[in-house]
Amino acid sequence: MTIEPTMDDQEGGGAAARLRQNFIFRTIVRRLLLGVLTLFLVSIVVFAATQLLPGDAARAVLGRDATPDRLAAFRREFHLNQSAVQQYWAWLSGLLQGRPGTSLANGLPVWLLVEPRVVNSFYLLVVVGIVGVPLSMGLGIWAALRRDRWFDHTTSTVTLAAAALPEFVVAIALIILFATVVFQALPPVSLVPPGTSVWSDPDVLVLPVATLTIVVVPYIYRMARGTMIEVLESEYIEMARLKGTPRRELLLRHALPNALAPTIQAIALTFAYLAGGVVVVEYVFGYPGIGQGLVNAVNARDLPTIQFIVLLLAGFYVLVNIVADVVAIMVTPRLRTASWQRT
Amino acid sequence: MSAARTRRGMIGLALAIPVVLVALLGPYAAPKSPTAFVGAPFAPHNSDALLGMDGLGRDALSRVLWGGREILALATLATVIGIAVGTALGVTAGYVRGGVDEGIMRTLDVALAFPQIILALLLVSIVGPKLWLVCLAVAAIHAPQVARVARAATLRTAELDFVKYADAFGIPRRRVMAGEIAPNIISPLMVETGLRLTYSIAIIASLSFLGFGLQPPAADWGLMVNENRIGIQQNPWPVVAPILLIAIITVGVNMFSDAVARSALGIEAPIGPAGLLGTDDAPAPGEEAVGEAGAV
Repeated sequence: MTIEPTMDDQEGGGAAARLRQNFIFRTIVRRLLLGVLTLFLVSIVVFAATQLLPGDAARAVLGRDATPDRLAAFRREFHLNQSAVQQYWAWLSGLLQGRPGTSLANGLPVWLLVEPRVVNSFYLLVVVGIVGVPLSMGLGIWAALRRDRWFDHTTSTVTLAAAALPEFVVAIALIILFATVVFQALPPVSLVPPGTSVWSDPDVLVLPVATLTIVVVPYIYRMARGTMIEVLESEYIEMARLKGTPRRELLLRHALPNALAPTIQAIALTFAYLAGGVVVVEYVFGYPGIGQGLVNAVNARDLPTIQFIVLLLAGFYVLVNIVADVVAIMVTPRLRTASWQRT
Repeated sequence: MSAARTRRGMIGLALAIPVVLVALLGPYAAPKSPTAFVGAPFAPHNSDALLGMDGLGRDALSRVLWGGREILALATLATVIGIAVGTALGVTAGYVRGGVDEGIMRTLDVALAFPQIILALLLVSIVGPKLWLVCLAVAAIHAPQVARVARAATLRTAELDFVKYADAFGIPRRRVMAGEIAPNIISPLMVETGLRLTYSIAIIASLSFLGFGLQPPAADWGLMVNENRIGIQQNPWPVVAPILLIAIITVGVNMFSDAVARSALGIEAPIGPAGLLGTDDAPAPGEEAVGEAGAV
């Protein structure tokens, strides 16, 4: 998306502010519309993918030993006797009316299966955010202030290594260290009886949160460190330093706010990435979230559930990306003004 | 390659090469058949079986030695296909511009709207766990990201005089793209290749861990971890050995590609989810800030 310069810096203060607000508003609306369009296309892809099933879709999904009753029910469910466009429309309008269909695995409405899982995954992500964001930003900013000293080198190398590790490797390593072989301090499996909240036994959250934190820290750390270094080397910080601004004020008032914008965007993007990351981590720990639900549904070839969860995760992904873009526009002065343009 | 001479590059190679050798030569060194039942389930290690037995009483060491070949082969193949397709799309979009550019890039935006592993799961859920599918799915995850990098590099290159001369002489577009542009966007593509290889190994190992890669009774590092984690108390080695090998090779490849990025471009490579996400054609505001002026 290109952001064209729309306002003139030379204009009077009031008019400029109004123009700028107008510009931000229009950018956000355009971004939202693009997001809706993307989601619509994604829904077509998800639906089309199910059309790729070779031969008789009902038989392919239900298996050879499916009873004629179930085959007929399946065809009704997916409107298989209608054209592809009609089928898509029936599916989409059902979704928009809050009826994502019936699970093939147990005949329950998909939403009933997915809702508690969405809540559990949401808790997981919130705790990861509360733990991981301050941690990674703190490490990154501290490393920038201690540039090229041992702390910087150590954290940079460790995060570079951590960034490469697949989630399940981190998860299993933590299980070996803290839940089974070395220490037995924490539950290796996050058992949550159906109908109870994860908060009734917060221990089950510790290892999944720790794993996801290790996954998200490297990128946010990198961004926080990089932008902080850039800001600290900028001319206006040099100017403030020469004027004798106290170090504390220099950092808190002048450096930090300007280093924040790209970091906030990095945080949002990291959380978008977690939409995929939770799948493996929840599966490893048996954490009853949406990711585990997806793996179970794939194993059972429970198409309505797969379609719904994939669409839900893609929706989350698109939404968080929009938030990232909008936040970046709102908090970065140079993105709001005419002088900045994407190449 | 100069990257191999930097400290980080050397450490990366020193980590990755032994694992590659284990994966490639392992099957020839395996003391037993990877699928023969030769002991009690989860029997601990002894002088005859260095890593003990797995959950079905098969020799864990032999399975570890057999279990890396497919992961590395699939990861390499997926990376090559992803880079090739992505480059072709990106160069075409960046050179031809106009409607073709819009068409290609907006289509790829849709592919990017899927969290990466979800796309693979969706495909696997429909066709079933086939190796060629896993390979193509991972390549399909990479292609849009590579295309963005290739397009950005092509836009810069297409402005250069020798490309304009070639255009002015009426050389066919296809030949300009292959002969003039492609050779000049090699360095960003090399950096991209290193990153993509790291992710390929990670994603493919994750998929086989989830049970969507090689199927039992085949030996496979990801699958082994999942098969044997219930017996981790009795005999941790069938789990520890594969995750160590996967950890070492992903870290090694990532360190090496980081060194390539630093020395080839003089900037730092984007690490972590950044490479997986890459939501914008242009560097995010601040990505340039990550680049440190002084290359190693």
